[in-house]
Amino acid sequence: MNPRRKKRLAIVSSVLIGAAAVAGFSLYALNENFDLFFTPTEVVNGKADSGIMPVVGQRIRVGGMVVVGSVKRDSESLKVAFKLKDSGSETITIKYEKILPDLFREGQGIVAQGILTSNDTLEASEVLAKHDEEYMPKEIADAMGKEHKKPTY
Amino acid sequence: MWKWLHPYANPEVSYHFTGKLIPWFAIISAILLTVGLGMGLLYSPADYQQGNSVRIFYLHVPAAMLSMGLYLGMAIAGLTALVWQMKLAESSIAALAPVGATFTAIALLTGAAWGKPMWGAWWVWDARLTSELILLFLYFGVMALQNAFEDKALAGKAASILALVGVINLPIIHYSVEWWNTLHQGATVSKFEKPSMSIDMLRPFLLSLFGFAFLAGTLVCMRFRAEIIERNSMRPWVKALAKEHN
Repeated sequence: MNPRRKKRLAIVSSVLIGAAAVAGFSLYALNENFDLFFTPTEVVNGKADSGIMPVVGQRIRVGGMVVVGSVKRDSESLKVAFKLKDSGSETITIKYEKILPDLFREGQGIVAQGILTSNDTLEASEVLAKHDEEYMPKEIADAMGKEHKKPTY
Repeated sequence: MWKWLHPYANPEVSYHFTGKLIPWFAIISAILLTVGLGMGLLYSPADYQQGNSVRIFYLHVPAAMLSMGLYLGMAIAGLTALVWQMKLAESSIAALAPVGATFTAIALLTGAAWGKPMWGAWWVWDARLTSELILLFLYFGVMALQNAFEDKALAGKAASILALVGVINLPIIHYSVEWWNTLHQGATVSKFEKPSMSIDMLRPFLLSLFGFAFLAGTLVCMRFRAEIIERNSMRPWVKALAKEHN
């Protein structure tokens, strides 16, 4: 490689490395702001590394798995309440009064947005269903005895 | 070592070479897309949870992968244009950007159409969706810079720098679902483990992925040739070509 090209390559790569470092450090510094949601354990105990904890009255998103057997529907209205958990032991009660997404079911991962009314209750204004990255036909899922897996939160 | 590559730095040689590739790429793409999308949309099994909505996968994922693949190609062309000062690399950036932007837009739109029935929302500001949107803006930026200068050489240099620096966004898009809590699910196919997809669904997906890749190849080659002609319009070989076609 001739010296001029070598010099240009050095300049270009140092610019690229510099930009990558800037991006890397800023992403690292802003890390938690990029999370879409808190997990139930983080709501109760604070984030593991920074201890950031939502306060009552704050508008937050909570993501986790719907605890099997915890869904209680009101027979007169759309009101529904259910518990949300993650791999930790804490659970959060979610109250909601709109139509739930099609994928909502017990054991399903969901993300609820709303206002924290006490340190373990969320009055949700929106409930989104999260699905995992596994795709398979129904017959195979049945054969594997598969309902749902993995709370990876 | 790179001697065999050198003839292709000549615009005339590249022009005729890509001209020969286009029909092959187009035919392969048509066959793969017909079979792949036909299998995927009509005959592949429905998902155990998502039912028929899972079929958007066969369009959404190839588009998203190509949006990133084409950007990587553009960044490599940017590096070549800056270090080796190859004019043709600048032409290929100009050829790649709009095709890549289109695939990014397709990925975003099909993603929204998939998100509404499955998640319950067209759009969520999670890390994956936002970084993919930034990729679209990077493509727009490269296209805008290319047209912002009267001087082609200056425009090419500016676009190359943006194309190259923007490559930092690619690992962010790919790993966003692992680094942060996102609503978007993790990778199904592009990971080191076995794809978490049944084989009847993986097969049509791979066919349509390669079908779309060859489609992108066809479009990029066509645009690349048009760029070469435009940038070399004063050259005798282009004039001779124009006369031949009259």
